[in-house]
Amino acid sequence: MSQMEQAAITTHDLVKRFKTRTGYLNAVDHLTLEVRQGETFGLIGPDGAGKSTTVRTILGLLARSEGQSSVLGYDSMRDLYQIRSEAGYIAQQFALPADLTVIENMRFFANVHGISAQEQRKQIPALLEFAELEEFKDRLAGNLSGGMKKKLALACNLVHAPRVVLLDEPTLGVDPVSRREFWNLLGNLRAEKGLTIFVCTPYMDEAERCNRVGLMYQGRLIACDTPQAIKKRIPGQLLEFTPSELNPARLRLQKMEGILEMQTYGKMIHAFVDDAGLRRAQIETALAGQGLSISGMRVIEVRMEEAFISLMKRQEAGQNA
Amino acid sequence: MPEGWELKDEFQENTFTHPIIVDGLTKRFGNFTAVDDIRFEVRRGEIFGWLGPNGAGKTTTIRMLLGLLKPTAGRIRVLGYDPAVQTKAMQAHVGYMSQQFTLYNDLTASENIRFYGKVYGLSNSALRKRQAEIIRLAGLEGRENTLTANLSGGWKQRLALGCAIVHNPDVLFLDEPTAGVDPISRREFWELIYAMSNQGVTILVTTHYMDEAELCQRVGFISQGRLLALDAPENLKLTQMQGKVLEINTSEPDRAMRILKSAQSSQALPLAEVALYGAQIHAVLPGGDEDLERVWKVLSNERILVQSLAWITPTLEDVFISSVKS
Repeated sequence: MSQMEQAAITTHDLVKRFKTRTGYLNAVDHLTLEVRQGETFGLIGPDGAGKSTTVRTILGLLARSEGQSSVLGYDSMRDLYQIRSEAGYIAQQFALPADLTVIENMRFFANVHGISAQEQRKQIPALLEFAELEEFKDRLAGNLSGGMKKKLALACNLVHAPRVVLLDEPTLGVDPVSRREFWNLLGNLRAEKGLTIFVCTPYMDEAERCNRVGLMYQGRLIACDTPQAIKKRIPGQLLEFTPSELNPARLRLQKMEGILEMQTYGKMIHAFVDDAGLRRAQIETALAGQGLSISGMRVIEVRMEEAFISLMKRQEAGQNA
Repeated sequence: MPEGWELKDEFQENTFTHPIIVDGLTKRFGNFTAVDDIRFEVRRGEIFGWLGPNGAGKTTTIRMLLGLLKPTAGRIRVLGYDPAVQTKAMQAHVGYMSQQFTLYNDLTASENIRFYGKVYGLSNSALRKRQAEIIRLAGLEGRENTLTANLSGGWKQRLALGCAIVHNPDVLFLDEPTAGVDPISRREFWELIYAMSNQGVTILVTTHYMDEAELCQRVGFISQGRLLALDAPENLKLTQMQGKVLEINTSEPDRAMRILKSAQSSQALPLAEVALYGAQIHAVLPGGDEDLERVWKVLSNERILVQSLAWITPTLEDVFISSVKS
């Protein structure tokens, strides 16, 4: 991709401040990011991190408090009309008219966007095929399953052929099978139409479906890179093991040399160590000294969730320091 | 002795070692079979994952286990009780936490615990002791008098769990308990679940997070009312995956994806699934060495530079989707 190419979405020191009972809160706190055209970008973080506020501010649905933001070069505050015509947006609570059929919904959205009847005859069947909804085209939207509703919402928001779509937690409450199908659709959109996709999600594993991700926590971006690069950023190797008793084991290992960080995972401990070969035996010996045994010790790969927790802890430690 | 009575005794024999026993369980709504001849047992202190797509019959099963819905056929024993008949007696020993966290927002954390304690008929002195235990267990020290409305997601979730276990239940049903909470809170929650399991509490949990399902000791996959598989997660990965997952790194992932998609539809390659994962492609293939060569050839013929091809361990989600689809 050339340097000259217009970014699909940019924010620079973006702030969205809300008044609370006790003062002010930066729901979005000096956020700087750039989404390239044709890329799938994931904004990932827990509830309350500021993901939805970011999307709404980028789209100009909320007025920003400070900083800059734009979509395809159009300013979020000034160029609302252009953004509306070139971007698609599925809000978290997005609801389709339940008493319209699938195809009526498509026509409804096409009419709202002023798409000609001729263009609709071409576009709508193609989108229904793409979303695998052809055989349900006469079903009332209210009678669709959760996963199919999400697909229809996506199809309706593609009817005006946007260049960018922003999706706010599209897979929330969707079961794993439908979630996989939905992401496969997004992948096909990227591969076949070169569409730029911006997705907010609380699911850490969905990071793997994105070219790049931004990890958001308490209004801030705590990391922004490819999923592979973010995982590599966590120093050390990750040892997983099950101690016979969790709490005493954790206490004993807390001050041990070479253990950079510890996380718990059910009854298991995840220990980031400087040298797995060396520390493995030392951990076993140390715990045996306390009368604790260990089972299933192995080196595992860092997943996005472990990386997120590690980065989140560092962020909090930094604030408290 | 009436017929079936003997059978019932034999059936109840295992209720100490297996607090949940389900045999031939079926629920029909008119012509629709929501739960179809399901059989499983959950061991004492076990964390049992109950997974399935929406509409698979997960919640219908839980409702029958809780005695809220009467089975069409089959038998259930929860701690030796028949939930449909001995509902009250059973519910005194069973906890239930739903996704919606049924808490009163205008009560404080402590008041919510006391409210649930009273509902379960705890005496004032027992409740005082239990309240302190739960506050400590849920890590709510210092937040006892905070209005529930002002607690964040993770706190609310642990409070909801605390309220569900105020009466010291032996069996706990959790229906998607971790939706929307941050990863650290989820980890703390699972630590609590394991602590309870160590004390002998039997736990049945449904979740949409497949990485959480990996934390269960055994997992049942349910689809269209039927139990497809039931085993430890590591065993399911060995037995239930049709084919293997290939991770493909190329110079041009989007174009490579289009090529593989068309090879899939023309059946030039035996691809059960092909999907973009960021800059990588995951493809499900039978898994022979010849597959690697064929994929490499198809891509190279279109002048795609293949940087790497590697078989990767399937996630539980891969396995789940594979078994639901087959």
